[in-house]
Amino acid sequence: MSSDTHHSVISGLGGEVLEHTEVKVSHCYQCGKCSAGCPLSEEMDYPPSVIMRMLQTGNPVLEDKVLRSFSIWVCLTCEMCFARCPMSIDIPKMMDFLREKSLNEKKANPKAKEIIAFHKSFLDSIKYTGRLYEIGLFVDYKTRTLRILEDMALAPKMMKRGKLNIIPELIKDRSGVAAIFRKSNKKNKN
Amino acid sequence: MTLGFYPGCSLKGSSREYAESVLAVAKAFDIDLEEIHDWNCCGATAAHNMNKELSLALPARILSLAEKQGLTEIVVPCAACYSRLTVTKHELAKDPELKIAVTDANNLPYTGSVNVLNIIQMLDKYITPVLAGKVVKPFDHKVACYYGCLLVRPHEILNFDREEDPQSLDVLMLKAGATPIDWAFKTECCGAGLSVSRTSSVGRLSGKIIGDAKDRGAETIIVACPMCHSNLDMRRDSINEYLGEKVDIPVLYITQAIGIALGLDRKALGLQRHFVKVSV
Repeated sequence: MSSDTHHSVISGLGGEVLEHTEVKVSHCYQCGKCSAGCPLSEEMDYPPSVIMRMLQTGNPVLEDKVLRSFSIWVCLTCEMCFARCPMSIDIPKMMDFLREKSLNEKKANPKAKEIIAFHKSFLDSIKYTGRLYEIGLFVDYKTRTLRILEDMALAPKMMKRGKLNIIPELIKDRSGVAAIFRKSNKKNKN
Repeated sequence: MTLGFYPGCSLKGSSREYAESVLAVAKAFDIDLEEIHDWNCCGATAAHNMNKELSLALPARILSLAEKQGLTEIVVPCAACYSRLTVTKHELAKDPELKIAVTDANNLPYTGSVNVLNIIQMLDKYITPVLAGKVVKPFDHKVACYYGCLLVRPHEILNFDREEDPQSLDVLMLKAGATPIDWAFKTECCGAGLSVSRTSSVGRLSGKIIGDAKDRGAETIIVACPMCHSNLDMRRDSINEYLGEKVDIPVLYITQAIGIALGLDRKALGLQRHFVKVSV
């Protein structure tokens, strides 16, 4: 890679990002196009360009704030930031890494509880059946979040339109899919 | 002619009408779509947000099964599944160690030889050249073609259409007899996976999309992604709440719009399953 000739030692979280994703936070020159284009910026505690700056400082206090931020969870991975970055910094790939690390270190922002619960319910559903079972996902999510009443009107309307399967689609090789989950969870505590 | 087919979970459930219209249009052109046997979920947003290896292993299993079945080309109508499958191919091609780890987790051989087509690529390759002769009822409406995120981004990997102001859907709809409008929200995100966990955000993001389409005079919005469709159609109450008015512009899958132009039965295209009544 050509930029390897411009060697600079990046330590801390920015260094880990580089090691695991090849994303160089040092390349960001703070133009702000990511934050301007990000559809969720206004709901974030730190917009993407500020996350980049926090990582550039190498300050452990700011790095900890990044891992505890709501921003990394409300990021939709819509890829707009990457598309518009003049330095082609793959911010969404970095966000995936930061989310996984935040979870493993039990630093996930409390405001992200519902977002994370939804992801967990989704993955549990496919772990057991191989495919997404939407009613199962709904029930599991509601059990995790106790947001019982929300969307209750939606399910019967979906049912009426043939958009919800009562019976889950079960694949044959469920043990194969379960093995994928087991093996990929070895390095990951979730 | 036979093509491989990966429907994905949405097309078996909440976006059943997308599958129905894809199959109906393919049939009209004598294309046989052969489903990948025993396919699994691609892992979607949840997997890549939580666990990198899982997010690559699940799509790799699907691609391995397609190889095993002797399929050289598969069509993946869901933009999110298309993105996950294409990103996985890309990541495994450039990282041999990762490929070994994933092949080991899946316990299935993987070469990465299967060609993955999104719905627009499939239509362009096999249907557009012969479409004109089969249009019996031109789709004579002003349409806002909405691409969303995952069909066009990241361009570095997907290498499909322009990432700002893409054209492929517009060109297709023009050939089906429609008038595509110029508008600003072609590739703005609808709120995607936050539909259940943060519906208010979806109301705002999708609201901006519907609002702009309406302001520019669209009679229909055309999509090629089940998540975009669910948010723009099923979440219309939240959208209207954000907009402060009742907007009843219907949202059609590209294959439903083409199916109408081909004169196919509306029920076979699943138009009755939408939340916002399809009046066109």
